[in-house]
Amino acid sequence: MAVEVILPKVDMDMATGIISKWHVKNGDTVKKGQVLFEMETDKSAIEIDAPADGVINNIEAQSGAATPIGAKVAMIYAVGESVQATKAAAPVVESAQVLKSVMLEKIATIDQSSSSGTRATPLARRLARQKKVDLASVKGSGPRGRIIAQDVESYKSVAAVVAAPAPDASATMAMYQAGYYDVKPLDGMRRIIAQRLTHSKQTVPHFYLSAKCDLTQLILVRERINMAAPLDESKKPKWKLSINDYVIKALALALQRVPAANVTYTDAGILQHHVSDVGVAVSVEGGLFTPIVRGAENKSLSQISIEMKDLAARARARKLQPSDYSGGTTAVSNLGMYGIEQFTAIINPPQATILAVGTGIDQFVPLNKQPVLKTLMECTLSCDHRAVDGAVGAELLQAFRAFIEEPALMLA
Amino acid sequence: MRELSFAQALHEALDIAMEADERVFIMGEDIGVYGGAFGVTGDLVHKFGEDRVMDTPIAELGTAGAAVGAAVAGSRPILEFQFSDFSGLAMEQIVNQAAKMRYMLGGKVNVPVVFRMPCGSGTGAAAQHSQSLEAWFAHVPGLKVIEPSTPADAKGMLLAAIEDPDPVLIFEHKLLYKIKGDVPEGHYLTPIGKAHVAREGRDVTVVAAAIMVHKALEAAEILKAEGIEVEVVDLRSIRPIDTGTIIASVKKTTRLACIYEGVKTLGIGAEISALVAESEAFDYLDAPILRLGGAESPIPYSPILEKAAVPQVEGIVEALRNLVKGRI
Repeated sequence: MAVEVILPKVDMDMATGIISKWHVKNGDTVKKGQVLFEMETDKSAIEIDAPADGVINNIEAQSGAATPIGAKVAMIYAVGESVQATKAAAPVVESAQVLKSVMLEKIATIDQSSSSGTRATPLARRLARQKKVDLASVKGSGPRGRIIAQDVESYKSVAAVVAAPAPDASATMAMYQAGYYDVKPLDGMRRIIAQRLTHSKQTVPHFYLSAKCDLTQLILVRERINMAAPLDESKKPKWKLSINDYVIKALALALQRVPAANVTYTDAGILQHHVSDVGVAVSVEGGLFTPIVRGAENKSLSQISIEMKDLAARARARKLQPSDYSGGTTAVSNLGMYGIEQFTAIINPPQATILAVGTGIDQFVPLNKQPVLKTLMECTLSCDHRAVDGAVGAELLQAFRAFIEEPALMLA
Repeated sequence: MRELSFAQALHEALDIAMEADERVFIMGEDIGVYGGAFGVTGDLVHKFGEDRVMDTPIAELGTAGAAVGAAVAGSRPILEFQFSDFSGLAMEQIVNQAAKMRYMLGGKVNVPVVFRMPCGSGTGAAAQHSQSLEAWFAHVPGLKVIEPSTPADAKGMLLAAIEDPDPVLIFEHKLLYKIKGDVPEGHYLTPIGKAHVAREGRDVTVVAAAIMVHKALEAAEILKAEGIEVEVVDLRSIRPIDTGTIIASVKKTTRLACIYEGVKTLGIGAEISALVAESEAFDYLDAPILRLGGAESPIPYSPILEKAAVPQVEGIVEALRNLVKGRI
């Protein structure tokens, strides 16, 4: 019996995937578990294994074409089984036009689909029709989950949020003279960055808190610790702690000191996280990833440093697994290496905070009426006000600063 | 403006009508020298004589037949049933004769008769003297059924009924006879078939009639303190029913409660619920339609049970609160 090879869903947000490379060709004998192809998702590249032993045939999805998740991309036949003619999976044309028409189609079917199985008052249904809201995605506040008008009024669909502000591409292009620009098609990563950050900035109420941290102690400690790093076989230090490694550790510990900030907002309630999973923004060619150092409060600085190196390398190679970057309870974005003194970052939902870290600057500050030279690093915390209030955010930043300014406290 | 009781307002309407039109006369049990069981006819027998204020035997079918016949022959009879509960005896005349004659004779005759129908519970008169039977008659094409709630409407609607060319039943809730209110002097008509918004509100529409209008207004005042604004529609006329006013109100408030003293099942609230559900107002409903009506029981004699058998202010307050707060 022939076995279908399906383009799997490896990430929550995925609608399509691109097969970047086939490792086998029609007629090859494959073994279960053998790598068949490499798949590029919105955020990473993943190797997909053969689901069964046999002979592969009907390889249909072309390399480089976006293919819908769940589509059949090949068949594995038992040895000797005859090959069936099958229809090729249609590649998805990646254009706003198609997305738009798919969206409209979906909206057009709302009337039929939403009337079955969803409890809603007639007024709520009428409002949903007018606002083109899919009732299936609205949470009802009435008895037994009945959707009332208020629920529809306060519902903001992701589609509406993303679609509303985007001007028609052709209208935008018309503002520039033809020939004076090139159009670079959006790849999956660019599209997901646009969607996620637009969604975050429009639905998550951000506020920002800034504080300057004195790095004087930390710089000395870092130097001593790095000098003392053990050597590997090739006589190279096994690790070299960066300022950012301290930032990760300090933020993780600060979240443990101020658990009210280690949260995620959901409509069903606030998730109170027990561990500090710190995402770290890693810039890559054509975009960025935010892999996560999990349970960073319990990891030593050298562990964090080694782990970050591995995550960053895999991010640049686009080899991160979804489990490397999903979730997280906070994040760090550090632009200090570019000489940026201060900036604000957009929260990466479902995280409730993100810390934007600037460069260390030597400054004279008054101490006992005398100027003292210190290295100051300005950090700006973005908070999701739905879950983290001003005072809580301030406590978090205060605790973070205490760890940075007195690194020995991180040993406690 | 001077105040009159509901009973006095009805009395004044009878007086004005009889003064103005000698075809108008009254029939009923104990309405002459005794002045009527609830004192509505009062001294009219002394003013207009026994030929126009006619005491009848305890024979409802016979007197109803006499009234219908007199109406067909050109008079304007007003028949008072001592209790509307007794009208069951006269069903043939009301439903089969009065209601159908104009239709069956191709419009060649009219039946301008008025039946006065003292109704409702709350007087300790037990199961056979306390019913609210307006829905029975409102089910019959050819009859008009009205149910005023204020002295002013009682006068204006009784005069409109007397001048109407068709049979009209005016239901008079017994607990209303003593309530007082401003009543204009002289002759005026309160049109049949027009509801009245007795109180404006934005959160829920209560459609009620007669005594239930007063209970709903009381409940509305209590709920106002909680920030709930109740709109009270005084139906006034059961048939024809003012669908326009009801629909407009529900479209405004998005919630509907029907409060009536008659038995809940198959009562006037069922009709109002259905007409709203069938109308353009359906798409404006943001909560299930609520009916508060009489219990599935004869009206008990025990005063405590008698109260429990029909909607009371406390229960109305709670039900409306639950409706507006989305608990039902």
